[in-house]
Amino acid sequence: MTAPILFRGGRVVDPSQGLDEVSDLLVLDGTIAAIGRNIGTPDGAQVIDAAGWIIAPGLIDVHVHLREPGQEERETIATGAASAVAGGFTGICAMPNTDPVIDNQSAVGFVKSRGEAAGLARVFPIGCISVGQKGERLAEFGEMVAAGAVAVSDDGHPVMSSQLMRTALEYARTFDIPVADHCEDTPLAIGGAMHEGIVATRLGLKGIPSAAEEIHVARDCILAGLTGGHVHLCHMSTRGSVDLIRRAKEQGLSVTAEAAPHHYTLTHERVGDYDTNAKMNPPLREDADRAAIRAALADGTIDCIATDHAPHTYDAKEREFDDAPNGIIGLETALSLGLRELVQGGVLTLPTLIERMSCAPARLWHLPGGTLRVGGVADIVAFDPLAQWTVDPARIRSRSRNTPWAGETLPGVVRMTLVGGRVVFAA
Amino acid sequence: MTSGALGKDLVGLEHLSREQITAILDTAEPFKEVSERQIKKVPALRGKTIVNLFFEASTRTRISFEFAEKRLSADTVNVAASGSSVSKGETLVDTARNLEAMRIDMVVIRHASSGAAKFLGDRIRSNVINAGDGMHEHPTQGLLDLLTLRDRFGKIEGLKVCIVGDVLHSRVARSNIWGLTRLGAEVAVCGPATLLPREVEALGVRVFRRVEEAIEWADALNVLRLQLERMTSGFIPSLREYNRVFGVTSEKLARAPKDLLILHPGPMNRGVEIDSDVADGQHSVILPQVTNGVAVRMAVLYLLAGGSPEWGAGGGEAA
Repeated sequence: MTAPILFRGGRVVDPSQGLDEVSDLLVLDGTIAAIGRNIGTPDGAQVIDAAGWIIAPGLIDVHVHLREPGQEERETIATGAASAVAGGFTGICAMPNTDPVIDNQSAVGFVKSRGEAAGLARVFPIGCISVGQKGERLAEFGEMVAAGAVAVSDDGHPVMSSQLMRTALEYARTFDIPVADHCEDTPLAIGGAMHEGIVATRLGLKGIPSAAEEIHVARDCILAGLTGGHVHLCHMSTRGSVDLIRRAKEQGLSVTAEAAPHHYTLTHERVGDYDTNAKMNPPLREDADRAAIRAALADGTIDCIATDHAPHTYDAKEREFDDAPNGIIGLETALSLGLRELVQGGVLTLPTLIERMSCAPARLWHLPGGTLRVGGVADIVAFDPLAQWTVDPARIRSRSRNTPWAGETLPGVVRMTLVGGRVVFAA
Repeated sequence: MTSGALGKDLVGLEHLSREQITAILDTAEPFKEVSERQIKKVPALRGKTIVNLFFEASTRTRISFEFAEKRLSADTVNVAASGSSVSKGETLVDTARNLEAMRIDMVVIRHASSGAAKFLGDRIRSNVINAGDGMHEHPTQGLLDLLTLRDRFGKIEGLKVCIVGDVLHSRVARSNIWGLTRLGAEVAVCGPATLLPREVEALGVRVFRRVEEAIEWADALNVLRLQLERMTSGFIPSLREYNRVFGVTSEKLARAPKDLLILHPGPMNRGVEIDSDVADGQHSVILPQVTNGVAVRMAVLYLLAGGSPEWGAGGGEAA
């Protein structure tokens, strides 16, 4: 048994129970034992002066790429989990587009056991929708869920067949899991290196039109209506997508959506003169899109923030723009960007940021954590929202350093991350 | 390694000032004469080593650069991607750094990826000249077009120039747009909407949907080559229809209110984007463009090597 931990005098923020007050919080036997003023110190307890800190349910990211098995030069489950806890995440959902892909129960079991062996953040495997992510026939959802999968996705590969997406949504209902879709009409997007717009025109790069995402979003919403299945729309990037999701939710469809920090922070202008750390898919879009994503995070049209943490080696990104891979790492900068762009930016209150980064993903994907309810698992992040840090690529925990924020000074320093009452990160 | 009036590299015309572009054109004037001499050589770049690094097939641009280099007395080496270590998986930077380790001064690069010249220029010490990168820029082509227009009209300012054809995939179009607008020309583009870039108006150009309207408006047409694969990849239904709707033909030109100057960056598809009687007609400056290409490239090489824009004042001594 680990020693009890008592946080003294922090601001305890838990939107899952409408809590936002300066309080003490006691962790005992891996669970949250008490929240209140002047809690007595149990014998042998570690007492932490949390004055000025935020104590919140640990962050949960439903969209990360941990690259293991097969691409361990970019990331491993252990290094990804270390990056997660340093960023305040206590739970991360691992996308299955590894090599080989995670499309069967033993592969799911492998990811889960590697996550447990690392003993840092909780690693929740996502299984494939289709065998081999080939978009042809369903993978064994039931077997994968029994082995620990929390959702299915062919992320990286859009499900182009409407028939396959329909059966996936119908079949997934049995197991009450979301079907997470990478929304992109492949023929419209083929060969695209960035957003189709004035910057692509200037740079002579093939563009990906917003319509490529929106057509797919519209279809998925319609199929959610047809099937009653839970469709989760990954990394939404356009104002048109936001409109479609808003309408689907008004109709009461079972549609949830995520947005990535880079999409509410940056625009296609950031590509500048071919910066490959601004190359991702979906691409960085326009100002109006960024504004729509922010508004959607404020009003709940977009339910949660997910990083799409995508590690790539230096060599892979250090090349011609057309040939560089898509994606950036995100776990260690997500909370700080949320604080700077959304809270300091006047888009969200701090409790709503915690809702979008912790409570909502836990609730919508049926994951442990996402709450500080007494008796629940003690998955907790403690951070100082005013302290600043500078993003130093050499000190990043992820095995890869592909971030567009290198050298920037950001607000919000994670002081401590607890998973199941155990301190897995302390700064 | 030296940097003169143009900076270290010539990646594109987008970031050049009106003064810099004018300096190149002015420097090209006396170099035109060098090519007309019995002994076509001046010692301006004697002792300099230049690598022509061509990752994409090119005949005219490579030869034009090579003539320009040799007439300036530089030592040149041609590297074609197919015959090099690139085909063994070596990266662009490693290839260039290895060349640089042999102590070179300049690299002329042609590459299929937009941004490749900038990428290279940021990573090696030698001067880098973009000889065409993907769909981005082809600055020396833009400059030779400017020089040819200036030769015929006396100035660029106020000229109405329409670029006709596959603007979407054209690095020539982008360099022309930047160069012409910087020097005060009015610029239009015309082509099937499938081959015009998104939001191209934001680059400061107007758009004509029909070539007849462009012909009525313009003083000069720069007719772009239509790559045959645009048909197989579905941008246009057929070459026959393209010629009928967008081809520059003598019938269409006959209805113009004035004579139009006709430019084409080559190589031409006769009977597709341009008819032979137009290409070979009295208003075509297609061959003078090629001649000017050598002079403009001499000017760029000379200025990047640290030469003074006033080179022409005293005339070049023969080598």
